[in-house]
Order: sequence, then C-alpha cells, then structure tokens
Amino acid sequence: MVLYWKYLTILFKSQLQYRTSFWLLTAGQFLVPFAVFAGMYFLFQRFGQIEGWTFYEVALCFGIIHVAFSLGECLARGFDAFSSLVIGGDFDRILVRPRSTVLQVLGSKFEFTRVGRLVQGIFVLIWAVTHISVDWNIAKAVTLLLMIGCGVLIFSGIFILAATMCFWTVQGLEVANIFTDGGREMAQYPLQIYEKWVKVFFTFIIPFGCVNYLPLLFILDKTNGSSIGYMLAPLAGAIFILPCLAIWHVGVRHYRSTGS
Amino acid sequence: MIQLNEISKSFKIAKRSAGLRQAMKALFVREYSHVNALEGISFRITPGEIVGYIGPNGAGKSTTIKVMSGIMVPDSGACSIMGYTPWKDRVAYVRNIGVVFGQRSQLWWDVPVIDSFELLKDIYKISGTEYKANLELLTETLDLGALLHTPVRQLSLGQRMRCEIAASLLHGPRILFLDEPTIGLDAVSKLAVRQFIKDINKEKGVTVILTTHDMNDIEALADRILMIGKGRLLYDGGLEKFRGQFGEKTMDEAVVQMYREYQI
Repeated sequence: MVLYWKYLTILFKSQLQYRTSFWLLTAGQFLVPFAVFAGMYFLFQRFGQIEGWTFYEVALCFGIIHVAFSLGECLARGFDAFSSLVIGGDFDRILVRPRSTVLQVLGSKFEFTRVGRLVQGIFVLIWAVTHISVDWNIAKAVTLLLMIGCGVLIFSGIFILAATMCFWTVQGLEVANIFTDGGREMAQYPLQIYEKWVKVFFTFIIPFGCVNYLPLLFILDKTNGSSIGYMLAPLAGAIFILPCLAIWHVGVRHYRSTGS
Repeated sequence: MIQLNEISKSFKIAKRSAGLRQAMKALFVREYSHVNALEGISFRITPGEIVGYIGPNGAGKSTTIKVMSGIMVPDSGACSIMGYTPWKDRVAYVRNIGVVFGQRSQLWWDVPVIDSFELLKDIYKISGTEYKANLELLTETLDLGALLHTPVRQLSLGQRMRCEIAASLLHGPRILFLDEPTIGLDAVSKLAVRQFIKDINKEKGVTVILTTHDMNDIEALADRILMIGKGRLLYDGGLEKFRGQFGEKTMDEAVVQMYREYQI
C-alpha cells in the first residue's frame, strides 16, 4: 500500500511535466459525461419519469456508477493500457522485480486526467443525494459507500480480464470496452427498465446490478421484506474480482512459458 | 553458484507466407512451426567470474538470460542459482540479481533519476543505511553526481546507461546480468562502462554475465567465453585459449570463423 502510494507520487510528478495537456484532458473528461447527463436531464423534463423512476433516483444511479467507473479507470489504468507493457517488453522488467505483478501493473500507470470525470460524477451524486426524498441513516450511507467501492472492483476486474487477454493476442482487445464503457452506460439507468436477459447477464455474470440496482432499491425503500440481502448485494462485486485475479495468474504463467 | 543442466526451450511460431490470400487464410487457420531456441545448455559459473556470452543474432542468448533471470520457464532441464530455481521462487530470487537490458530503460522517463532510485529503494525494500552507502559508491564510481537531478529523457544514451547500471545495483545483488550494455554508446561511455563493470566485480565480488556483439567488450572484460549457436553451447573456456586457436586474427575474425565452422 505504501509502495503503491510511492508509485502514484512518481507518476504524478511525471504528469506535471505536461501541464497544459493535463488541464485540457481533465476538462474534457469533465465535459463528456456532463453532456450525457444533460441529455438525461432533458429526457426527464420531457417525460417526467421512466417506469416509475424519478429524475433524482436515476441521477443517484448515474452518479454512483460514474464515480465507481472513474475511480476504477484511474486505479486500474495500468491494466487498461497493459498491451503496451507486453509489446514494449517492459513486462519482463516487472518479472525481475521482487514484488507482485498485480501491484506493479497497477503502479505502472495512473490516469490523473480521469479526475475530471470523477469530479463530475461526485457533483451529480451530491446533487441527487441532497434533492432526493430519502430518509438517510447510517445503514443507507454505508450501503452507498459499499456500492461505489464494489463498483470499482467490478470495473477493475474487467480491466484485468481484458489485460490478461493480451498475453494471448498481444494487442488489446476493444471487446472489453463493451463491458466497461457499455456496462457503465447500462448501469447508469436502473436495471428494471431493461429486457430480462440483460438483467440476468448483469446480475449473475457481471454483477453490475448487484452494486447498483439492487441496493438502490433498499436506499429508496422500494424493497419488500428483508433488506439485509439488498444491502449486502454489492459484495458480489468483491467476489467477481477473485476469478479475474486467478485468470490473471494463469495468463502470467502462460507468458512465462511462451515468452510472448 | 550458477549451474545450468540440460536446459531446453522451444517456441511455437506462427507461419506466415506472402500474399493477401495467405494472410486472409491465416486469419482462420494458423500453422505453427517449432523453433528450438535452446537445446540442452549446461554450464556452471563460480562466484566472482565475469563471463562473456556471445553468439549470432537469434542464437538463444536472450532466451538463456531470460531463463536465468526467472522471466521464462524452460521446457526441460534444471537450473540452480544461489540455491534458487529462478522460475520457482521468483520474488525471493530476483532480490539477489540485477538485470540490465541495454535496449530498454528501467527508469521513469519524465522524472529526475534520483526519483527513480528512491522508488527502487522501496520496491526492493532496501534499508536506509544500505541505500545510502550503495548510492554514494555508485555516484562516485559512475560519476553520476551531475546527472541525478536531471530528468531521464534529457540524458544522453551514455549517461542513461550509467544510470541504468547504477539502478540495477542499488539493492546490492550478487549477480549482474547485462544484456548488450554497450549497444549504441560512444567510445568514452563504452570505456567508462567497461571500467565500472571491472571495478564492481573486483571490489564487491559481483558475478557478471554479459551478452554483447562487441568483441572489444569481451577482450576488455571477460575471463571466460561462452559461445552459443543454434541453441547449443559451442565453446566454453578461457579467452586466451580461444584466441590461441586463431593465431594472429582479431577477435571479430576469430568469431566469424567459428560461426562459419559450425555453420551458424
């Protein structure tokens, strides 16, 4: 953990060498999701609500998933850009250093410009939390934090899976973006509005529904009966990352036996 | 200290043929051919030696270095270095070695050299006193004083290589692998790097294994030569004996003749 912080410090110093590009990219990262959010705002202005979900409820959903996504993208950027490490041969360097490969890849890159997206997500989140008609209590606040934390884990898990594929294909697969960018776009609306197979996929295969939709029902008092299950649903995200890490280690072993 | 026994390694390489049609076909059906990179390599190296590892391009030099530094797992054979099997206890083992890849940098490009060193201190968990002592020694012998606070991207290749070597020695490894350390360097830097390798070997007893295409490196440094071709070890012995076989010829000519004799 200390070492990860040291990695961040050196990367931040590197980033500061390019100040103009840093500010422009950060601003861009702020504005892109802002445009998406504005689109959503006008949609609700026109139609009032979607399947019984009000604007602020959906905004909460949107804020949570965007904060989780941008945090995940900042932290796991090393995995997202992993193909360059393999192609450049820098992964060999990682293997001759006495630290875990996961930690070193995480520390190889950190996307500070994504902070723009993060700030935008936090704005929406705060706006939604303060305007929504919910009686906040500790249990709900904890659930909210759990949703964000485990959302980060899911996005990181997908980045790790995509990076692992580089061991076989060398070039990064754009396929993975379907699940990261696509998953984010999906999960910014409540899962309820989608078709059944979509719900099943995003609940049991990639558990976006568990970190977003299900616990959201609890926060909004839309559940019937026991709420503890809804509260703890985000933990599915923590479970999701375990097989991802296992597959990563299989990939590393493959790399070390083929050298490509 | 280092012992390799019948190490073999083969790669699967996708066949490519010319023409758009063949390229289209390759999208669906891949044909593979096997290349034997190493075929039963065995040797031992005792502590404190400087060994020059030579051979033409594609002979298997880098593969051997990768096996010995724990990056790659061989198909068969045994390897014991300081009691470790390199590819098994990777994390414990690599603490004891330093690796310099002449073609790639291990320093962080945009920040001053000293920042990279500080990070390496934490990666290798080097104690404060050891780090200070090593840094002092390296700064002095490699003449790094003026370079430490310069960003890596502003260094010349020769300056950078000196920093690379220093970075590989900060944690006080017993073995140093140098993969083409003098590639692309000007004469002054070459001499400086060679002198330093000699010094560190003499003063700290670091065992050095270096690959190179520059026979002057070998003449200046190595007591012993390992020559590899087509995955086999062709020569293992002292530099003098190697020279003796070829009389008046220069090292380059001698090596070319060797290559020709073995048809590699």
